[in-house]
Amino acid sequence: MAEQRSPVDGAPLVTLYDEELPPDNSYAFSSEELEEDEMILNMGPQHPSTHGVLRVELKTDGEIVKDARPHIGYLHRNFEKHAENIDYQGVIPFTDRMDYVGSMGNSLAYALTVEKLLGIGVGERVAGIRVITAELQRIASHLLAMGTYGMDIGAFTPFLLCFQQRERILDLFEWLCGARLLYNYNWVGGVSHDLPEGWTDKCRRFLDEFVPVLDEVDTLLSHNKIFIRRTADIGIITPDMAKDYALSGPNLRGSGIDWDLRRDDPYLGYENYDFNVVVATSPHGPVGSCWDRYFVRVREMYESVKIVRQALDRLPAEGDVHENVPRFVRPLAGEAYCRSEAPRGELAFYIVAENKKPIPYRVKGRSPCFVAMGLFHEITRGEMIADIIAIIGSLDIVLGEIDR
Amino acid sequence: MITRFRQIEMRLMGPLTMIPIVLLLVILGTIAALPVVATILSELVADFVPPPLQHLTIVALGTAGFVGILALNPIYSIWLERKVAAHVQDRLGPMRVGWHGLLQSFADGVKLMFKEDLVPRDADRVLFGAAPMLAVASAFAAFAIVPWGVREDGTVLAVANLNIGVLYFIAITSLGALSVLMAGWGSNNKYALYGGMRAAAQMVSYEIPTAILVLVVVAQVGSLSIPDIVNAQAGGILGVGDWLIFQLFPLNLIAFVLFFICGLAETNRTPFDIPEAESELVAGFHTEYSGMRFAFFFLAEYGNMLLVSMLAALLFLGGWIGPFGSNPLLFFVKGFGLVVVQMWLRWTLPRLRVDQLMGICWKYVIPISFFLLVVTTVIKGLL
Repeated sequence: MAEQRSPVDGAPLVTLYDEELPPDNSYAFSSEELEEDEMILNMGPQHPSTHGVLRVELKTDGEIVKDARPHIGYLHRNFEKHAENIDYQGVIPFTDRMDYVGSMGNSLAYALTVEKLLGIGVGERVAGIRVITAELQRIASHLLAMGTYGMDIGAFTPFLLCFQQRERILDLFEWLCGARLLYNYNWVGGVSHDLPEGWTDKCRRFLDEFVPVLDEVDTLLSHNKIFIRRTADIGIITPDMAKDYALSGPNLRGSGIDWDLRRDDPYLGYENYDFNVVVATSPHGPVGSCWDRYFVRVREMYESVKIVRQALDRLPAEGDVHENVPRFVRPLAGEAYCRSEAPRGELAFYIVAENKKPIPYRVKGRSPCFVAMGLFHEITRGEMIADIIAIIGSLDIVLGEIDR
Repeated sequence: MITRFRQIEMRLMGPLTMIPIVLLLVILGTIAALPVVATILSELVADFVPPPLQHLTIVALGTAGFVGILALNPIYSIWLERKVAAHVQDRLGPMRVGWHGLLQSFADGVKLMFKEDLVPRDADRVLFGAAPMLAVASAFAAFAIVPWGVREDGTVLAVANLNIGVLYFIAITSLGALSVLMAGWGSNNKYALYGGMRAAAQMVSYEIPTAILVLVVVAQVGSLSIPDIVNAQAGGILGVGDWLIFQLFPLNLIAFVLFFICGLAETNRTPFDIPEAESELVAGFHTEYSGMRFAFFFLAEYGNMLLVSMLAALLFLGGWIGPFGSNPLLFFVKGFGLVVVQMWLRWTLPRLRVDQLMGICWKYVIPISFFLLVVTTVIKGLL
C-alpha cells in the first residue's frame, strides 16, 4: 500500500493498493433477498429515459418500487486522472465533456479556479461575455431539461418546441466559437474569440422571440392537469433532506431553500445584475416535489433572459479578450477551490498545484449531479415505476458529469 | 450532384406519387357510390353465381372490400398522424418521398416486410407468433358488423347485418386485450410483461363503461341492431338535429365524450398509452417484435382507432345521416374525423400513471355512465 500526499500540506490524497482488490458485488440486489411477488427490474443503461447511461436496479412488487439502486460509471472517462497529465489550459476541453449540455458553465468554473490560483482577473468585457454565454447556456440546458421532462411524462410536443429554441442558442454559439456543443470557449484569463460583428443584435432578437415561445410551452405543459397530477406529489425532497444531502442549484431551490451562488457568493460581477432567485412556491402539493424542481427551471429561464439583456446593454464596446491570457500557466505551490452556479447547481473545481509546474498535481470536480444522485434511493422508495422516470428527469442529471 | 439526384428522384416520384392519390380517390369514390356498387355487384352475383353460393360470394366480396380498406388504412393513417404531429410541433414531417411524403408509409412498409423475422431465444414461440395475428384478427373481425349505409329499398350495406350488432362489437373487441397479454407474456421480457399486464388491466376495466355507454344508446333507441340505432337518428333540423348527441341535452353529449374517452383507453392511445409507454417501458408489449409482426400490431392499432371512431360516429353522430342526405362517404368522413381528433390529443397531452388511469375508470367514468344509464332510461320511460 502506498500513499500519495498533497504537496501543500502533506495530507493523504490517493491510496494505491499493490494487489488487485476482489470485485465487490454486495451493492447489487441478489435474487435470494427477494420476497414473494418481488422482481428485479433492470432499468438502463440502454433505456430511453434514464438520460444517458444511468442504470437503475429496481426491486419491484407489481408496479410499486420497493427499493432502487443506481449504478453509475458507464460513462467514466478518467477526467480527473487525465487532468494530472495535461497542462492547465489543456484541461479545458476535458471539462467541456463533463456536463456536455452545459459546457460553457464547466469551462467557466475551471477557468475561474485557475485564475484564482494564479491571482489574475479578467477585464470588464470578458466578464460580460462570460455572463452572456453562461446565461445563454443555462437557458439551453434548462430548455433541454424542460423538453425531455415533458417527454418523460409522455408529452412529445414541448420537446420539439424547446429544441427549436435550443438550436438557435447553439447557432449563436457556433457563430461565436465554431462549435455547437463542446466549445473550449472560456480560457484562463479570457475567452477564445471576441463577439463577432452583429452578434449582439442577433442575440437580442433571439431573446425577444424566445420569451413568447417559452410562454407558449409553459402554458402547454406546466399547468396541464395530467402533468401536475403526475409530478406534483412524488419525489418529495424536504428542505432538511435537501440540506443534508448537499443539493444545489434548481434541485435545492425546488425544495424551497433560497440559495444561489450568483447572488450569495457572486463572481464575474453578478452582484451588479438585477435578477430574482427563483424559489419553489409549490402551489400544487408539498414543497420539494418533481413539479417544483421542474418549474424552478422554467422560471429561471426568464431570469436568465433578464440577465443577458442587462449584460448586453452594459457590455463595453472595446476591449481585448486575450488581454489577460497568460502565456504560461505556472502557478506557485498552492491550492484553489472555486465554485460557481452552473445550470445544474454548484459546480466547483479543486486544484492542487506544484511549484512552477505547467501541469496540475490534482484536479477534483465537485459536480452537482453526482451529489444529487446521492439521495436518489431515498426519494424513489415506495413510488411507482412511472414515477422513477419522472424523478430521474426532475433531478436533471447528466451522466457525463456524474461519471466524469 | 445533389440537385442531379433530386431531379432523378423527382422524375421517379412524380408518377409513383400518383399511386396513393389515385388509390385514395378510388376508395373514396367506391365508398361514396357504395349503394350503386352494391346493387350492381349483387345483380352480377345473381346472374353468374349458382344460388347456393350467392350469399357466400356477397359476404366474401364485402369482406375483401373492408379488409382492403383496413389494410390500406395504416398507410394513410400513419402519413396523416405524422403530418398532424409535425404541424402541431411546428415542423413539416415527411416531405421527401413522394408528394408531401405520401410514399413514406409505403417505403416503411416495404422496409418492415424485408426485415429479419426475429424471435427471442427464450420466448414462448406459439404465443409470440399468435399474438400479432390475433390482434389483427380481432380488429378486422369487428368491422364485419359495421354498416356503411342503406340502399333506397332499406337494405343495409353491411357484411353481416346482425340484430345484436353492439353485443358482437363488445365481445370481439375483448379479444384485443388477450392478444396484448399474449404478446407481453410470450416475449419473455420484463418490460413486455409489464406492458401486457397494464394493457390487460386497462382494457378489461374500460370495457365495462364502454358496454354501459352502449347500453345508454340501446335503452333510448330500443334496439341492439346498429342500423336501427342509426335510422332512429334520421330527420331533425338540417338532418343533424336528431343525432343522438343532441338528444336529451346534455346527457347524450356527456355519454359521447365518455364513450370517446373509453375508446382512447381501449385502443391504448395517449393519454392512456401506458401499455406501450415509450419513456417507461421502452415499447411495452411489442418491445421484442420487429418486421412484419410489429407491422401487424400497427395494423391492429390503426384498425382499432378507426373502429372505435366509426362506432362513436354510428352511435352518437348519426352514422351516414347528415345535412345533405345520407351517404356512406359521410359516415367514413365522420369516422376519420374522430381519428384525427385522437391524433390531435396524442400530440397534445402527457400520459397518465397506471393507478390514475384505473382511478379515472372506476371512480369517475363507471359511476357517471351508470347514472346516465339510469337517468336516460327513466326519462325514456316517462316520455
